Amino acid sequence: MMSAVLGGVLIGASVSIMLLFNGRVTGISGIVGGLLQKATPDKSWRIFFLLGLLVGGVILRFLKPQAFMVITSTTYVDYVMAGLLVGVGTLLGNGCTSGHGVCGISRFSMRSIIATITFISSGVVSVLIFKMIRGEL
Amino acid sequence: MRALVAFVVGLIFAIGLGVSGMTQTHVVKGFLDIFGNWNYNLMGVMGGAIMVHAIAFRLMMKRSSPVLDTKFFVPTRKDIDGRLLLGAILFGLGWGWAGICPGPGIVSLVSGQMEFVLFVGSMLVGMKLFQLIDKK
Repeated sequence: MMSAVLGGVLIGASVSIMLLFNGRVTGISGIVGGLLQKATPDKSWRIFFLLGLLVGGVILRFLKPQAFMVITSTTYVDYVMAGLLVGVGTLLGNGCTSGHGVCGISRFSMRSIIATITFISSGVVSVLIFKMIRGEL
Repeated sequence: MRALVAFVVGLIFAIGLGVSGMTQTHVVKGFLDIFGNWNYNLMGVMGGAIMVHAIAFRLMMKRSSPVLDTKFFVPTRKDIDGRLLLGAILFGLGWGWAGICPGPGIVSLVSGQMEFVLFVGSMLVGMKLFQLIDKK
């Protein structure tokens, strides 16, 4: 639990730096979605943010190599299907775990609180269905 | 300067995700498996992040503008509509299915594992498809 809290504090600090200096909400899906549209002005901070994520990932490989372990019961098809759902869902619902779950809840935004309760609930249902299909239930 | 800040934010954010366990699919799935072998540790991530940012947000909103821009770009919408709910439902289904959300997916690309490449690739396709359909 302590490492989770420490990671959370780092996340909270980083999104606070983004707000203080750039005035932006650190919502990953929104940042990526904005890059996919021609009309988005000022794309460079979005690109550099993503670069930061990747460089952070490289540092993590040294710091904590076990951070990128995947479960063997999940197939390639599962990842493709999940990715599609996450892509459509986050843009339709205007946010994911970072934008709604961290930034929005910190502002006490009712939209974000409702969205977070909803996606955690459907995440619970999703895990249940996944286990049921694989006969692990 | 704004790009540099964004880079540093991304870097710290990624390390935070890795340290907390958000990049490990079995940890995320364990957190969502409340009716099975529930691993509640990830509550600490949201708790820690919200604790820090809720305080920082209130302090920062006393400023008239951010340090490097002319105004704050903070969402102000208050309506709860079907798009928000349906979007959150679809996102949650995908999140629970693979145990990955957008941030950890992108960070995990550096592991070179096909699983993350497929996840992020199809996430981008899903986003683009949504944008194309939503425009009409």
